[in-house]
Amino acid sequence: MSAYRIVRTPSRRVSFRIHLRASAVLLGLLGAAAAVGLLALGTGSAISVGDVVRTLAGRGDAMSAMVVYELRAPRVLLALLVGAALGTGGAVVQSLSRNPLGSPDIIGVNAGAAVGAVLMLLVVGTVTPLAVTAGALACGLGAGLLVYVLSFKRGVQGTRLVLVGIGVTAMLHSVIAYLLTRADLYESQGAKVWLVGSLAGTGWTQVGPMAAALAVLLPSALALSRSLSAMEMGDETASALGLPVERLRLALLLVAVLLSGAAVSVAGPIVFVALAAPQLSRRLTGAPGAGVATAAATGALLLAAADVAVQRLPTSGQLPVGVLTGGLGGLYLAWLLHREWRAGRS
Amino acid sequence: MRWTGLAVSFAVLAAVVALSIAVGAQAIPPGEVWQQLWHPDGGETAAVVHDLRIPRTLLGVLVGAALGLSGALMQALTRNPLADPGMLGVNAGASLAVVCAILFFGITDLRIWVWFSLLGAALVTVAVHALGATGRGAANPARLVLAGAAVSASLLAAINAALTLDAGVFNQWRFWDVGALAGRDAEVVRQVAPFVAAGVVLALALGRGLNAMALGEQTGRGLGVNPGRVRLAGAAAIMLLCGAATAAAGPIGFIGLMAPHAVRALTGPDHRWILAHSALLAPALLLTADVVGRVVVRPGELQSGIVTAFVGAPVFIYLLRRRRIASL
Repeated sequence: MSAYRIVRTPSRRVSFRIHLRASAVLLGLLGAAAAVGLLALGTGSAISVGDVVRTLAGRGDAMSAMVVYELRAPRVLLALLVGAALGTGGAVVQSLSRNPLGSPDIIGVNAGAAVGAVLMLLVVGTVTPLAVTAGALACGLGAGLLVYVLSFKRGVQGTRLVLVGIGVTAMLHSVIAYLLTRADLYESQGAKVWLVGSLAGTGWTQVGPMAAALAVLLPSALALSRSLSAMEMGDETASALGLPVERLRLALLLVAVLLSGAAVSVAGPIVFVALAAPQLSRRLTGAPGAGVATAAATGALLLAAADVAVQRLPTSGQLPVGVLTGGLGGLYLAWLLHREWRAGRS
Repeated sequence: MRWTGLAVSFAVLAAVVALSIAVGAQAIPPGEVWQQLWHPDGGETAAVVHDLRIPRTLLGVLVGAALGLSGALMQALTRNPLADPGMLGVNAGASLAVVCAILFFGITDLRIWVWFSLLGAALVTVAVHALGATGRGAANPARLVLAGAAVSASLLAAINAALTLDAGVFNQWRFWDVGALAGRDAEVVRQVAPFVAAGVVLALALGRGLNAMALGEQTGRGLGVNPGRVRLAGAAAIMLLCGAATAAAGPIGFIGLMAPHAVRALTGPDHRWILAHSALLAPALLLTADVVGRVVVRPGELQSGIVTAFVGAPVFIYLLRRRRIASL
């Protein structure tokens, strides 16, 4: 029996080739993400599960409605959306660069977004979360554009792009370090929480733009990713198959950068989801190709689960979710490398 | 010809050292600095020159040379022009050790932090190499970079947890993390000098072995070089140099990445000359950044870690645009 099955519409106009195990895994991941979402919505400190059920049935009190609809629901949705964006961006860039450590922030978008957010938080002063997101998005895309322009000289050579990105990122990081030392201690620590990546204090104002961005970018990534498996075989093979390699690469990179830019602007530079989600989903499905859809579902599940866990850890204050994804992600990568090297693969 | 080049690099460093002693937040005429240098009268000006500017300049030379050499070694060993000495987890280890010193022992004395960060750097280097040497394969450079990324990410998470939960720790740490030469006295110079000296000797001795290995491991072996031993010695030198630099001045980024790139543009691919020039020009860059930091916001100062990127990155990008990127 083949690993694939062909599905056609009754008129036979449209047909899909479906990888059976990948589809089952995708459904399983989506189910798990939904379960984690319900868990996050239903349990927590302020109100009981019964209150949540009554509220969802439309018979709860004002306090419960506030907790469920204004605090928990937007945070859960945002965790799922941001996780999906990070997973997709990571899958596209890792596949494009044929490098398991590839990540969309190489060209300075994350550092630019961080400068934008820190400027808003520490220099402009008391601002709304939406203003921080807008500042981060503007500076992040500006930094990405600056790196692209500075490395453009009769075309963009890959190594030059990355090195210019490192140079610009170094400058941006020193701006951040400077601003952190100049500001008042508590404001500065708040900015640090943003820099680690956190979903605390997010609301509906951020869910809308994030959902809109994902609604445009995720289908684009899915459509473009069909050619990624051909491009993984090398530029010559892909060109021989009739693909416009340079244009496709630019379009894919742009989609990945926009996805990660949107995610960073909303939640800060959360590490390791973009790196780990594609790796995990590839191991789960065993399917060839970039696996953009499963990577998106894995990212959503990972971030939502990490955000649920971080709210229930017995720490003196609430940790930003980036601490958990970084710590677990680092240990996971170390374990993965240890296992692969012991088995004799290099 | 090549020795002339080295003499020019040395002259550049000497000029910047003189500038660093002559120029400061407090304006003192050069004639008076010269007078106080040789005949200190015990007054305030003599104290500024002897207790502040000279130790700070010495520290800049030590830290800059350490960062430049460890960057050159790192790029040669991994054959990766993107390699940066912090990649093997040394900076993360040193930072976590400093955070632990503040959090668990309440230590706020920079001179004790130096010992903590040296210890942290050493422990992490050993851990990264142990992970990289798993199984039958050798601890090759590609493995070490991956292992360094995994270990650094875990350590960074621990650092961030402490920083976001404890305001007191964060307040101490944020001034250490920018990287600075200011506020360190002669005691710190004495503490780190032996480590830097050992690292410099080890690094400069590796030039020939690195040249042989640049032709491929088989050829290197044929030329009588043991690649495993060169890598181990290189890793030890990086640990000593980068660990001591971070201990003394905090994590100063970018110099270690940039200096060897700039130097390769001048010297070509011979590692002996790359190492020698990096040891002279990287401190010149760091001290220039430090002097600029002292004068741009008088009477205050900008930390040299901040200025370094602003002085270095435009030069770096100019170099990248001007010529083809030298492959390794």
